[in-house]
Amino acid sequence: MSNTITVLFFASLADQLQCRSLSLPITSRLTVQQLRDQLIQEKGAAWAALNSERLRCAVNQQIVKLDHVLQSGDEVAFFPPVTGG
Amino acid sequence: MGDKIQVQTDDFDQGAEYRELAQGSDAGAVVTFVGRVRDFAGSDQSMWLEHYPGMTEKVLAELVERARHNWPLIRVTIIHRIGHLAPGDQIVFVGVSSAHRKAAFAASEFLMDFLKTQAPFWKREGDRWVEAKDSDQAAADAWRERAK
Repeated sequence: MSNTITVLFFASLADQLQCRSLSLPITSRLTVQQLRDQLIQEKGAAWAALNSERLRCAVNQQIVKLDHVLQSGDEVAFFPPVTGG
Repeated sequence: MGDKIQVQTDDFDQGAEYRELAQGSDAGAVVTFVGRVRDFAGSDQSMWLEHYPGMTEKVLAELVERARHNWPLIRVTIIHRIGHLAPGDQIVFVGVSSAHRKAAFAASEFLMDFLKTQAPFWKREGDRWVEAKDSDQAAADAWRERAK
């Protein structure tokens, strides 16, 4: 396992970002909130969509809060509220 | 005993699923629910259903476990379709067998209420992503006093 994390985006969020997944190196302690801020800063205007209060975040397929600390190898996912059924 | 959780593009046969749930003579009650695609604005276009492979199955398995913790269930089946669907198509099947009806009714409603608010599926009608409804969240929240 290299020192990277995988980040996934779903549904309307993936459309807004025009991105469904990316891989990022993880070099220091990083929370979900810091990851989000880093993406917004580095990727340009459309990525401000990540700021939405309504978005959920899962790490390794479990819902987490913004202060969750990421580990290398983690699968992080951002998505809007679910609408199945 | 038998849990069946499937996410698939194919349609399902409610009769076949019922017969599987109703096997044996201990299942005094079988409740089945089918959710279908309603007409929506611009419904000449199809609905698209996306999910988070892996997490979906995990969340559904956890919900079934919670349902089993609350009610004595014999068999539980959840089938959810993904991909392109048209108005009138079946989307979701939830079926539960139990010795008695109250457990079967309650567990199937519990499973649907939490599937709708926790399982990572998203619907797009034509080119418009469907917004989550507060009423669905309220339905799930209402279980706080009735189930763990």
